[in-house]
Amino acid sequence: MAEATHTEVHRHPAPTGFIRKYIFSIDHKVIGIQYIMLALSAVAVGMIMSVLMRVNLSWPGTHIKILETLFPQGAPGGVMTPEFYLSLVTMHGTIMVFFVLTTAPQGGFGNYFLPIQIGADDMAFPTLNMLSFWVTFVGFIVILLAIFAEGNATIGGWFSKLGDSFAGGSGTVGPIGGWTGYPPLSALGKIAGPGQGAGVNLWVISIAIFCVGSLLGALNFITTLLNMRTRGMTLMRMPLTCWAWFTTAILALLSFPVLLGGGILLLLDRIAGTSFFIPGGLYVSGSLVPLHNGGSPLLWQHLFWFFGHPEVYIAILPGMGATSHILSTFARKPVFGYRAMVFAIFAIGMLGFFVWGHHMFMSGMSPYSAVAFSVLTLSIGVPSAIKTFNWIGTLWGARIRFTTPMLFSIGFVSLFVAGGITGLVLGQSSLDFFFHDTYFVTAHFHLVMGVASIFGMFAATYFWFPKMFGRMMNEGIGKIHFWITFLGVYAIFVPFHAMGLLGMPRRYAQFTEYEFLKNSHSLVLFVTVAAIITVVAQVLFYFNFFWSIFKGAPAGENPWEATTLEWGIPSPPPHDNFAGIMPTVYHGPYEFSVPGAPNDFIMQTDGENIVADHGGGNGGNGHKH
Amino acid sequence: MAATATSTERAVKTVIGGGPRPRNGNGFHKNGGGDDTPFQFSPARYRIGIWMAIGSILMLFVALTSAYIVRSASSDDWHRIAMPKVLWLSTALLVMSSVTIELSRRSLKSHNESGYGLWLANTVVLGIAFVVSQMFAWRQLVRQGAYLASNPYNSFFYLFTGAHGVHVMGGLIALGYLVIRTRGPRTSVDAELRRLGAADAVTIYWHFMDVLWIGLFMLLTFWK
Repeated sequence: MAEATHTEVHRHPAPTGFIRKYIFSIDHKVIGIQYIMLALSAVAVGMIMSVLMRVNLSWPGTHIKILETLFPQGAPGGVMTPEFYLSLVTMHGTIMVFFVLTTAPQGGFGNYFLPIQIGADDMAFPTLNMLSFWVTFVGFIVILLAIFAEGNATIGGWFSKLGDSFAGGSGTVGPIGGWTGYPPLSALGKIAGPGQGAGVNLWVISIAIFCVGSLLGALNFITTLLNMRTRGMTLMRMPLTCWAWFTTAILALLSFPVLLGGGILLLLDRIAGTSFFIPGGLYVSGSLVPLHNGGSPLLWQHLFWFFGHPEVYIAILPGMGATSHILSTFARKPVFGYRAMVFAIFAIGMLGFFVWGHHMFMSGMSPYSAVAFSVLTLSIGVPSAIKTFNWIGTLWGARIRFTTPMLFSIGFVSLFVAGGITGLVLGQSSLDFFFHDTYFVTAHFHLVMGVASIFGMFAATYFWFPKMFGRMMNEGIGKIHFWITFLGVYAIFVPFHAMGLLGMPRRYAQFTEYEFLKNSHSLVLFVTVAAIITVVAQVLFYFNFFWSIFKGAPAGENPWEATTLEWGIPSPPPHDNFAGIMPTVYHGPYEFSVPGAPNDFIMQTDGENIVADHGGGNGGNGHKH
Repeated sequence: MAATATSTERAVKTVIGGGPRPRNGNGFHKNGGGDDTPFQFSPARYRIGIWMAIGSILMLFVALTSAYIVRSASSDDWHRIAMPKVLWLSTALLVMSSVTIELSRRSLKSHNESGYGLWLANTVVLGIAFVVSQMFAWRQLVRQGAYLASNPYNSFFYLFTGAHGVHVMGGLIALGYLVIRTRGPRTSVDAELRRLGAADAVTIYWHFMDVLWIGLFMLLTFWK
């Protein structure tokens, strides 16, 4: 290797043209904001879908004018068909899991802040970074196409020309089969009913494209973190956010290829006539499925859930990182047990690879395997509890500054506990036999994976907004947004547990026909009202976000008096973050209220002698200075 | 803040350490006494990146291989086909290309630019020959009437060779990039380091393609 003794300052000039600056930018900060905008668009689509579902469950037969105009087949007279409802379930899940919960936490905030927090001038491979966003964006366009390929007769007609398996226009808004896309239903094509033609093909293609985008991103994150940490930024001086993004990237790197493999097999089954997942002798719609033999539907479930379980942690780990970071900042205390937090994040990530079987207790599994998966699943409770207790330990005895990001972080802890505790119930195969495919499961994963992750991202948004845009978000609106959302999500998802106990099944378009569920209709109505209020409250967030970009109070460099590297540079940071000069790090990331220090926080870049007496303060990570 | 300067000794030390410093500077001089070292390119970057890429490609093939093993045991419609003989030629070509790319890497390390370019070109030729040879294997199967959907073994055969072939073609694009980079002036140390790093990474990737193919070939030949 040639010696790296060159000294010229290597700076990329900032691009000047609009396209290179804002569209095909290779600046990680622009790409991060692009990911956040993508997630903000996708989450709006997903939320509208959830409201439509709630309306159909609560007031069957409601006429919705806009549905009649957009989807005359799927909602004749504005009343949605059961098939239409089921495709809403599928698309709500797919869009939320992939294009919201995977993009915003990792692609958005990770992209923007990981390089700055480790003191790098950009990601390791900036062009690859740009590609990963645009590939993901194409995936989003394809999933939106799936809506109209099935829902619109004209667009469906275009796809029908591509061949039998692409038959479209069946009057749904995408495939029917849930975000898990279990075969044989998803593999058979249009003979299996509405939504099984172009909808499923585009759905699989979209997910495959998304996998590629995520893999490029994950590779970039890992390389950046391992290769580009600045002087003094040892692994154990990294903010916990960086540990979370790093672990998430490892999970993505190892799990998305498995989904990609499964997706390729499913697509081949659909368009090339192979039999990976389609068993022989299937009767569908009164006729024998020809030409297929010997495939295994369980094989898909294994491949899917080998990805699917780590995916849950891909969604929530960045939220855990942001929460740890924000709790410490506003408690003005070091994170309780930094090292334990690092190992817990890593343990959760790694254990996540060995528990996929708990999604398949009811799919036909040897009881011995079920016990193994069950024990491994419950063991995730240990690192999760370590994290929870450490969060509480961080808050213990603190003089808390109750800012909006702090409220959302505390909300995250609350939701993580509330949603996680039912994981211990569902993780036991004997109990899962009863709860499987009921609203109890829906309650569990919405609280812990959906809403908790989103709370982590709300916290991150309110916290980092000043750095990203140089202006503060409005605290008053933020707090109103927090309280309505916090109470709202509990009002929605706590009753779900009760519905699950009553045996209310998931993915049913209506319950009015079931005698044993007659009495629970008031519960259904209550949830719908809560959901509508909560969704409407999000308008506050959107307004606050876009209004504050232009009209928010100027933020200054370090409005929260935080310690990590991003708070030592201007808001918003310049094109190459540190003006070409490597920062030097002398401190751990959470040195708050250190005795003897001039302020109640020590920036990571402050001189090493800033606390020059009695052996130095303990920076929360056990290092002596 | 309450604890500031409660003793003279502490106050003196604080002053030596720079003392309480203003927090509203322009942000670019908070190196805590560090020098103005610019960002540098660290050559390990491409190496780490390529190993990560290899990890994820490996997971793709692990997934497909597990599917192969499960599917081969799950029904009685699994019929092996006679391996096209030309696959042995493919294997020989790919192994040879692994040797040539290693020679090119060593030439580059010993600053033998012409040797580097020569062996690189040889690798590209052998790589293309491998892809062509694989296509011959496909043609031979089609002539025998062994199509993708005829039988699960065939499906996997086409899938493995196809997926591997796509990754080899990606490697060929990278090799082409290296060949282009052999021309042109050497402007900066940084650019030169990047060129060396890229050559290193492509070599590792190409060896992986070789090993991966041998693994897949053995799986298709010996496993059921």
